[in-house]
Parts: sequence; C-alpha cells; structure tokens
Amino acid sequence: MNAELSAIELSIKEREDFIATKGKQKKQLRCDAESIAGCVSQRACVFCGARVVLNPITDAIHLIHGPIGCASYTWDIRGSLSSGTELYRNSFSTDLKEQDVIFGGEKKLARAIDELVAAYHAKLIFVYSTCIVGVIGDDIEAVCRAAMVRHHIKVIPVQSSGFIGNKSAGYRAACDSLLSLIHTEKKISKKPKSVNYLGDFNLAGEAWIIRDYLARIGVTVSTVFTGDASYEELKTAPAASLNIIQCAGSMAYLAKQMEELYHIPYLRISFLGIEDTAVTLRNIAEYFEDPEMQQKVEILIEEESRKVTDELSFYRKKLEGKKAAVYVGGGFKAISLIKQFREIGMEVVMVGTQTGQPDDYDTINGLVTEGTVVLDDANPAELEKFMIEQGANLLVGGVKERPLAYKLGVAFVDHNHERKHPLSGFVGAVNFAREVYSTVCSPVWRSIQMKTPWGE
Amino acid sequence: MSRKIEGVKNVNENPCNMCMPMGGILALKGIEQTMVVLHGSQGCSTYMRRHISQHFNEPIDVGSSSLNEKGTIYGGEKNLKQAFNNILRVYHPQMIGVLTTCLAETIGEDVERIAAEYLRENKLNYPIVTAPTPGYGGSHAEGYFFTVRRIVEGLAKKAEKNYKINIFVSNISPADIREIKRILDLMQVRYTLCPDFSDTLDRPYVRPYTKIPEGGTKLADIAEMSGALATVQMGMTVDESISPGEYLREEFGVPLYTIPIPIGLENTDIFIKLLQELTGGVIPLSLQNERGRLVDAMIDSHKYNFEGRSAIFGEPELVYALAGACIENGIMPLVVATGSKNSTLCTLVQDLSAEKGLDFIPEIVTESDFKEIRGLSVAKGVNVAIGHSDGHYLEEQENIPLVRLGFPIHDRIGGQRILSVGYTGTAMFLDRVTNTLLAAKQKSYRQTMYNKFYRGKEKSEVAKYELLRV
Repeated sequence: MNAELSAIELSIKEREDFIATKGKQKKQLRCDAESIAGCVSQRACVFCGARVVLNPITDAIHLIHGPIGCASYTWDIRGSLSSGTELYRNSFSTDLKEQDVIFGGEKKLARAIDELVAAYHAKLIFVYSTCIVGVIGDDIEAVCRAAMVRHHIKVIPVQSSGFIGNKSAGYRAACDSLLSLIHTEKKISKKPKSVNYLGDFNLAGEAWIIRDYLARIGVTVSTVFTGDASYEELKTAPAASLNIIQCAGSMAYLAKQMEELYHIPYLRISFLGIEDTAVTLRNIAEYFEDPEMQQKVEILIEEESRKVTDELSFYRKKLEGKKAAVYVGGGFKAISLIKQFREIGMEVVMVGTQTGQPDDYDTINGLVTEGTVVLDDANPAELEKFMIEQGANLLVGGVKERPLAYKLGVAFVDHNHERKHPLSGFVGAVNFAREVYSTVCSPVWRSIQMKTPWGE
Repeated sequence: MSRKIEGVKNVNENPCNMCMPMGGILALKGIEQTMVVLHGSQGCSTYMRRHISQHFNEPIDVGSSSLNEKGTIYGGEKNLKQAFNNILRVYHPQMIGVLTTCLAETIGEDVERIAAEYLRENKLNYPIVTAPTPGYGGSHAEGYFFTVRRIVEGLAKKAEKNYKINIFVSNISPADIREIKRILDLMQVRYTLCPDFSDTLDRPYVRPYTKIPEGGTKLADIAEMSGALATVQMGMTVDESISPGEYLREEFGVPLYTIPIPIGLENTDIFIKLLQELTGGVIPLSLQNERGRLVDAMIDSHKYNFEGRSAIFGEPELVYALAGACIENGIMPLVVATGSKNSTLCTLVQDLSAEKGLDFIPEIVTESDFKEIRGLSVAKGVNVAIGHSDGHYLEEQENIPLVRLGFPIHDRIGGQRILSVGYTGTAMFLDRVTNTLLAAKQKSYRQTMYNKFYRGKEKSEVAKYELLRV
C-alpha cells in the first residue's frame, strides 16, 4: 500500500446502513437511495432500466438519441425472443457528435425518425433520451409529437437521461411510455377471463411457457408487458380483466396506474420455482372464482410436476446443504431465488439487490435464516468479503459478477437477461436446478484444489 | 479505385464502435496498480465494466462519481472527490486514472483542477492522471491512444538516457502482448511496453484474490520513457494529437518509429527489422525458423486462401494490419470498415492496394455501422468476415462466417487468448481464416455441385445398369 494514503480513513462509513445481518440488527436496511460515488456500484442507469423494459417490444424501432456508446453497450445483449419480427434486435442511434452537442440534436433526431420510418415502415418508435440530451435541452417530446403528425404513427419519447435517478427511475420512465402507448379514450368492453402478464420479458421463451399454462386453464393472455409484445397487442391491454404482475420492481407502477385508469385489478405472482408456480396458478383460478378452472389447474400441476419430480430429486440429493449467495437486479428475483434454493435443499447465506424496495427487503428478511447477510446496492469488495465470510459455494448474479465468483473459486449461476434457457414454470425449475448442479458439482473445483507440481 | 463514403449520417444502425472512455479504461487497466474513475452518471461505468468483463472473463472494477441531478446542475466536484476517497479506501491503488464522460464534459467539469485540488486538500503527493474523453468526442479507439498519451504526459519526467525502447501497443489481446514481449526478449531488447494488460486483463487463477491484479506497466518505467533510445508505436492510423509517441518526441526528443501491428508476414518483418536496426542485435535462429514456418504455412494454404473474399472491420489500427495480412495471402479484402472517423486508414489501405496491384478493389468505409458493412458484404460477395463479435449478424443472418478477432468478443469465450501477432501468431490467425473457408466449403460443396449440375438421371439408364449387374 502506498504510504501516502495513511491519511485517508480506510472504510466506507456511508455503506454501513445498506448492509445487515439477520438476527443482529434491529434497524431497517437502507435501500432505494442514490449510489455513493466511488463505491463501484453494480447498478446501471435510468436509460438502462427503460431499455430493459421496452426493448422486448418486437415491432418497434428503438432509437437512442445520444452519443454512440449508449446504443453500443445495449445492442442485442438480452435474450428476449420474438415470434414475429426481429426489428427490436437492432440498435438505432442518432450518434450525437460534438457539433450536435453544441448546436442541439433536435433536427438530427427528426431526420433520423424520417429515415427510419421510410426504411422500416414501423408503426411504433421509442425515442430514448440519454444524459447529454437532458443537459443540452433537446425537446424530444416536441420532436416526437411533430413526427407523429408527419407520419401518422406512434412516436413515443422515453425520458431516460442517465443522471436523473437510478435504474428504477428508468423502469418508471418506461412505464410512462407504455401508458401513453396504450392510452385510449374509447369505451372499453372487458374481455372475460383475460389477463395482461406484466414483468416477463420472454427470455428464452419464458412468456410462451406461461401463455401455454394459462391457455390450458382457460385464461387468455391479452398482452405480455413486454416479452414478445407487439404494438397491436399492447393496445388491447385496457380490455383485460386482470393484471398479473411478476417483476414488480419494474411493473408495479404500471399495474397501479392501470388499476386507476382502466379499473384492472392486479395480482402479484411468480412463476419461478415449482412452489410459486403452483401457488400462482391456484391464485388466478381463485380470483376468477371458477371451479372448472380450479380443476384444470390441479390437473396441470399434477401433470407438470410428475414430469420433473425425478430429475429434481436427483439434483436435490447432490446439492443438499450447499450454500448460495445471491446478488441480482430486483427484489422479486431475489425473493423467488431464496424459495427456489430451498426447493433444492440449499440455504441462502448472502442476498442483495441493486434496486430492491423496502417491502422487498421485509419479505427477504422474513424468508432467510439467522446469520444471512442482506445488502443493498453492493459492490465487488462487499460481494467478495461476504461470499468468503459466509462460505458460499455458489453466487447467482449477472455478467459483471461472474468473473469475481470464478476468481474466488465459487460456482456461478447466470440469472440475467442474457440467458438462453427459461427459468419459468415447471420446466424452468428443472433448468434452474440443472444449472446449479452443472456449476456446483463440476469436476473443475476438484482440479483447483490440487497441489501444484511445485508443491503449493 | 477505392472510395470513401462521405456525408452526414442521421442514424447509426448497429454500431461498429464504442465511445471514448471505453478505450480509456482499457489503457488504464494496463498500468501497474491503477484504479479508474469515470466522472459521469453511474450507468457509463457499469455498462463498460460489463462489456470489458464479458470479453476478458475478468472482474473489471471501475469507480464512478455517480453524478445525479444535483451534481449535474451544480457541478460534480463533490462527487468526484468522494469517489477518490472511497477508491483509495477500498482499493489502495498506486495511481488513479480519471476519465470524463459526455455528461461531465457537457456541464464543463475541469477534472484536472478538481484532482489537483483534492491532492492539495489532503496533502497527498499522488499520481492522478486525467483524460477528457466525452463519448461524443470520438470512438474507443481514439479514447485508448489519447488516454495512453495522457498517462505518459502525466508520468514521464526528464530522465537520463537509459537505452531502453518504448513500445506503445494498440488495443491487441493479452495473448498478443505476451507474444510481443516474448519476441522482444528473444531479441534481447530492453523495453518499456505500455499499456501492458497482458496480466491484468488475463490473470492466472491464484489465491488469495487481490482487488487490483498484479502486472501492468510500472509507473517508474513510464517516468523514464523520456530517456529511451527510441519509441516504437503500433499506430499507423493514430493522429499526432493523441499519439503518446509523438508527445515523447516533441517533449523529450525521443525518436519515434511508427509501425503497423505485427500481424502478417510483412508487418512482422517491419517490426523485427526495426528492432534489429535499433539494437544492433541478432535475430535468433528460433525466430528465423518461426518466420520460415509461417512462409511454409502460407504456401500450404495459398489456394484455399485465394478463394477468400473478406470483410474486415474494427478499430482502424487493427483493420489496417489485417488488410495487409489478408492481401499478402490472397484473402482479398472487399470491404474494409471502421466505426471510427479516420481518413488516414483510407489513404493507407488505398496505397497498399495500389502497391500490390490488386485485382479486386476494396471498399473502404469509415464512421461506418453494421447496416452498411452488412449491405456491402452481401453486395460484393464476401465469403469471410474478420472482426469483433458485434459483426455476428453477418454470420447469423447472411451466412457469412465470422472469424472473431479484436474487441469485443461477446458470444465466444477466450477473447483474451486470441493470438494473432508475430510470425507464429500470424500463422495461427491464417489457419483460423483458412479453416473457416474450408469448413464452409466442406459443408456446402456437395449440395452446391448437386444444385449446379444435377439435372436428373434417365430412369432407363438406371434400369439398364441394374440389368447389366444381374
């Protein structure tokens, strides 16, 4: 260590309130606050949050108004699948340069929209604002309004300048854009036994799995927000009779607004893990007060469980007693992971999120055992410290966390938007267990324990 | 003759480049015990960390001043100083590199002043290197060289002659850097290579884990670069204003030799010959044999290669070296593209094509995107693409196989281990391209020939044959 640095005190006091050990502290964990400078937060920005939520809309042009980086780093990095067009897999940018920053980028944006409309004949364009757009004061609302008049299509601004908050603010910006997209003045005739499925991005076909389950119990899905969604489909959302909401971190706001505007009640649900999936299906049937549906649910649960029981119990035998650490984006994911680990006999010894809300942490606190470390907006140093201290055999996280786990000799499960296998429903529960098994029980961990030829 | 597409574009469709601070991070990761702070909103550092991490399969820690609305309006000084504090507390680095972002530059942050003030306030004599790298100011390629220049500007002091050679490498893989160092050692050259991320971005598995990886160019060595015998810079396409070698020449009179990245026979020859001239040393037999083996390999695969029609894309410096390597093997580059703004690349590739009297005319495009590269590749009948993995739509949607090379490699593992420099590295590169062409041919030729020539067999003919057999 550089001797010069002795003048600086060596711990980050400001982070202490964001970390708690169950059973030790009585105080409420701090969360939903701004990241502290220099702490190497794993969080992204407002723009990231907005793009995550909106990008799965397949027939939209996603145009990023800003310098090139924002479009580069978010191009086709997520595994949302489409049953139709692949337009959403392109990353369009106005590629602002120094001159645009000085003189403003509104005209360039308008020309970009014109060019894209001519080239792709899309009915829907999302225009994302980025940090500098917020600073140089481009009025993207006005540009979008004018373009709508010019082209008779929907051109929707997304207020996602990076610095105006954290990822959660981006979710909210995306939800505002979705509300403006589905807005209707017409009288709505409700479709009976139909739902909107909020907070599933159809990673590796997850929304398709759930659509199938729901079809089998006699429920139609009007639209999914936003996995494999299209413009026409999204517009049918106000007519649904129920909203079921999975990823609450990103979609709770939308559900509340839709309840107010279109009188659609909502149910918080989870299709992650056997237990949650069964509970969810039963809750939906109960909501519709339909005995026939309830019967169908039981048949489905029975059929699907039967298919996976043997494989799951094999993994459970192999994994019983292992310890997991969890660091993911939102509270919903963390909560369902704790339950899923329980299903395969594993205990969660560390759990944290980037954007969890106070009620998420309350739920987490209720689920985990004494001694589990709970932390909000963690950084690599904290993840390292607690993975080691808590003796974790496995970390669940995203791309940035993976190499850290590996460097510590800890197994890793990707629970991010890039994965190429579904984790939802009964089939997803098996995939999850299989992935945990494939990393925790890999022979590689034996090799790293071996003595080197030079005796270390 | 070759042509450069000019004119203002309003939309970039599927970018072929990244932004300035990205290159800056890569450069700073090659300096001993250094931490990086991005002055801007939290997302920039996270996105870039994710991108770099996926390529190298390494933990990439980069601090952020996490600018919020307040910082944006009233200035981010407080945030940046707090970031310094926290980085020093947790990482204990020997140096901090500060890169700005769009946001910081647009609100007019003077990071150099803030850094100086921070050091004064805390009575620290400590190296903080700053580089203004707004995302709109250029691509990651310029960000990389400019940051290397800023590092040298910040650290190099007037020094006694030390007869070492400064080697500035462009953004090549850790495996490439190790190969360059092996060659330098083979030729018994005393050198300072910068930035050296051969260990820091491709570190061995060792316990215990350290937050900042071992390795990187030593600060003390950079300080003495001013006393070197000469600077060798892999930077044919690098503008003087961002050239670290140019700075050392101007400021300290260190002679500058600019060479291409040693990929390809001729490009490697240039490197080896220059080293020999500068040091007066001998070229060891083992290296002579490596050259011989490369030439042998080139002959072995020349007919397969001459069927290759390539699209080459990526950072200007890499693209130029690859164009040379392709041309000398007959893998004719029909499309040569970069996302960066770089007219030197156009001139260089045009000159190269003219010098070699090519039968094919390369289309050279700068400030390009993958919409353009894809369109040109299809129109011109390209059958092999060479570049980073953002070109994967060529493969996925146009059936043009992609030989992955450069940065970033997202959809395959081992980007950090791809070796392409020197005689041996070139042979490995060439094998990858040749085998890709061979694989495509072997996969398709039966069907192709069938479609092209088979027009049905007369039933009677078959029957006759059957009769004869009986």
